[in-house]
Formats: sequence, C-alpha cells, structure tokens
Amino acid sequence: MSVHIKYRIGKSRVFQVIIALLAFACVVPLMFILFYILKAGITKINWHFLTNLPKPVGETGGGIANALLGTVLLVLTASVIAIPVGILCGIYLSENRKSRLAYWSRLCIDILQGVPSIVIGIVAYFWLVKPLGVFSALSGSVALAIMMLPTIVSSTEETLKLLPDTLREAAFALGMPFHRVILKVIIPCGFSGILSGVMLSVARVSGETAPLLFTAFGNPYLSTNILKPMQSLPLLIFNYATSPYNDWHDLAWGASCILLIWVLLLNIFTKLVTRKWKVQL
Amino acid sequence: MESTIVKSVDYNAYFGDNHVVKNVNIEIPRNNVIAVMGPSGCGKTTFLRGINRMHELIPGATSKGKIQLNNDDVFDMHPIFVRLKIGMVFQRPNPFPNLSIYDNVIAGYKLNGIKLPKAEKDKIVEHSLTRVALWNEVKDSLTKKGSFLSGGQQQRLCIARAVAMEPEVLLFDEPTSALDPISTSTVEELFHELKKNYTLIIVTHNMQQAARVSDKTAFFYMGELVEYDNTKQMFTNPTDIRTQNYITGRFS
Repeated sequence: MSVHIKYRIGKSRVFQVIIALLAFACVVPLMFILFYILKAGITKINWHFLTNLPKPVGETGGGIANALLGTVLLVLTASVIAIPVGILCGIYLSENRKSRLAYWSRLCIDILQGVPSIVIGIVAYFWLVKPLGVFSALSGSVALAIMMLPTIVSSTEETLKLLPDTLREAAFALGMPFHRVILKVIIPCGFSGILSGVMLSVARVSGETAPLLFTAFGNPYLSTNILKPMQSLPLLIFNYATSPYNDWHDLAWGASCILLIWVLLLNIFTKLVTRKWKVQL
Repeated sequence: MESTIVKSVDYNAYFGDNHVVKNVNIEIPRNNVIAVMGPSGCGKTTFLRGINRMHELIPGATSKGKIQLNNDDVFDMHPIFVRLKIGMVFQRPNPFPNLSIYDNVIAGYKLNGIKLPKAEKDKIVEHSLTRVALWNEVKDSLTKKGSFLSGGQQQRLCIARAVAMEPEVLLFDEPTSALDPISTSTVEELFHELKKNYTLIIVTHNMQQAARVSDKTAFFYMGELVEYDNTKQMFTNPTDIRTQNYITGRFS
C-alpha cells in the first residue's frame, strides 16, 4: 500500500518537473534572440547610424534613417486606416452579437487572422500597385492595415463584451441616445482593452516584411511621399542581410536590434498603459 | 380624487413567444409610492421596464397595449424623451465607473451633451445629493470615482443621478436587494422624502418592504395583475385568494 502511494507521489513529482521545464523552454527562444541580436547589433547603433542614409557598397558607415522614417510613416498610415475601422467593427460585433452580419463578419475576421501575410501583400499589389502603376508606401500601408484589423476587432469586441449590461442600461435609462452611450460610456470604460489591442497590432505589423516586398518595395533614399516607394526596417534587414557585403550585414544587425527594441518597448508600454487606464468596475 | 400620472391599458409584454405580462390595467396616482410585488418570474420587473420603454431594448422583446404618462401614450413619444421623464434605479448599483461622483450625478446632462454653467451644475449636484441624504458623506470627495463608495452609497448615488434629471416618475427595480440592512433602511427612508416631489414605483421581492414603504401595492402573479389596492387594505384584507396565499407565505 505505502509503496503504491510513494509511486504515485513520485509520478506526480516527475510531472511537476516536466511542466516546469517546458515552461522554462518557452522563455529560452526569446532570451536567445534577445541575447544574439543585442550582442551583434547594439554596437552598431549610434547617432550617426540613426540619422544617416545607407552608404553605397565599398564605403564604410552609413545608417538607416530612411528605413526608420519609412517604418514610422508606413505604420502610422496603416493605423489611420485600420484603427477606426477595427474599433467600429468591434463595437458592432459586441452590440449586435446575434445578427447575421455579425456572424459573417466575425467569421471573416477570424479567417483573415490566418491569411498568410504574403497573400495580403499580393492583394494590395492588385488593388493599388497595378492600377496606379507604381510601388507605393500607401499600398504597403493598406496591406499592413488589413493585417492589423483582426487584432483590433477582436480585442475591442472581447473588451466591450466584458462590460456589464447594467452599464448600458444605466446610460439608456438616463435618456441617452445610442451613439452617446457608445461614445461616452462604453468606449471610455473599455478604453484600456481597446488601446492594448491597438498597440499589440502596431507592434505586430512593425516587423512585417512579406506584405511590403511588392508594395512599399523599398527605397535607398529618404522619402516622405506615401505615393512613392518607401524603405522600411524589415525590408532593409531582408535586403541587406541577404547581400554579400559585410558593411551591409552590419546595417542589418543594427536595424534588427532597433526593430526588436521598438517591439519590446511597445509591449512594455502597452502593459503599463493598460494598467493605468483600467477602469475599476 | 388624486390625479393619475401613469396608466396602463391592456399592456402585454413578450420575450419572443413567451408571454410575460398579460393584460395589465393599472392607474398610478401622483406623489404616491407604489409597491409592485410577486414571486420570481411573475413579470413585475418586465412591467416596470415597459413603463420607460427599457423593455424593448432587449433583443426579441415586444409589447402591446398602452402605457400613458399624463394621458399621453409613451409609445407615441421618443424613448429618449420618455426616459428623461421617467427615471430608473436598478437592482445593483451601477454608477459610471469612469466618472467622478460629481460627474455621476450630472451624468444625465453631461453625457447627453447638455451644457450648463458651473454654478448651475454645482447647484444640481448639491441639491440631488442632499435629497438622497448623501451630500454630507461625499461633499469632500466629489472628485473621487463613484466606484469608491460603499454599495449603499453607490445606490443612493444612482438615485441622485436619476433625481438630478428632475423626472416625474422614478422606477426602482428591487433597489435594496443587493444592499445590507442598514443601507436598506436608509434607502427606504428616502422613499418617504422623494414622494413629495416624485411618483415612485418600486418592484420588490420583500413583502415587509412593500408594507413599510408603499401607499398602494400591486400583486403580480404569472404575468397577471391579480390585485391592486391600498397597501393597508391589501395586507389586512386581501380579496383574492392568491394574494392571501402569497402574503401568508404559502408560496413565494
């Protein structure tokens, strides 16, 4: 009898050790990436690196100013497109849970989540690049915006669904019309959840390469015209890392490091902000 | 003869195919406290929510018949207008968690986009909070969030919020069922004060409460209005056998 119990206790110990080990295993890849990229990239980063254009092959130095500005503009434009659409769609889904339109739009959003990013790039190519006859940052932004939508829509919907119905009732009982209930009560109360969805989607698309390959295309010069080709960090990394030149490899390492820090900061910032803005129900 | 403020004529309410309120005819006199009691699922809350057209907000909910406010059918008015005239307090205190106590009281103005001068707002806030006997407790913390108050205080804040709109009728949906006994008695005392200016319709599970606070009592059973009379008459000498059984505790 006691032997049997010892055996079971032993089995349970083994099980506990295994799940702890596997939990630790999840931490390893990120730590490894962080360590590797910081080690290779951090030494490349300085003021010169951030404010200068890449130099042609053969010249040392040069920076990633064009890619940095390009990424900011691309993501900004994508956000301007995706955030209003995503939030309004999320509101519709949470307010009209059972309607037919909600069913289909929820389904489409779920599927969109799983569409490979390269395919979304192709769609943007056929929508914008082909008709306009030119690669442009705008077409890249449209592709990124499509990629941002699912995250924004579902985080908005989930956040607003969790708000108690009594809140809506309180607002309606004061004679508030629907749009004011949404704008003045529902959105402010769910603000932290909506914001975190937006920030996470921004973090996610900041590093997208595939949809930009044949939309924003890349540009060795500084450009602020969103109707023209534009460089971005992931594109620069892709192009320079696959080149045969050591100087360009250095630029790619530095750019990876910047991208990583940016995504890391966004994630940390999201956590802080959502905690601060959380409405105590 | 007291003047009638709310009157329902053959009012029926449904959730889909489920007939919840059946042919209710009732006349509610001004400046009275009316208790609506009955066992769970008897349609009393649905009837109450029909009066200010909150019932129709639920998907699949429909209604038939008339409900009149001062002889005008509420179904001919815009629901927003109806709800400004007929305030409502819910079962669980539901102050707006994103607003301060001050803003919660004037929420009906603020969130509806009605601009008022600061002095006017101050007056409304103090007046409303005084009416619900909350002013002295919160006057130094008006900028704090409403959710910082205790449950009983929150409920009085919600009453103040309804009172601030100067409605004619106040509906209460089991207003004390989520409160402790002390908060309950504070709220009950309020009813006596509030009825000087408003007509109060209170849905309650609690028979003793109905007996304590109301002038008239309506007894609902299985969606029907079984009996409606002066509270004293109702509790001492009910005419219907079902009322008698309910009051004597044979079912609840």
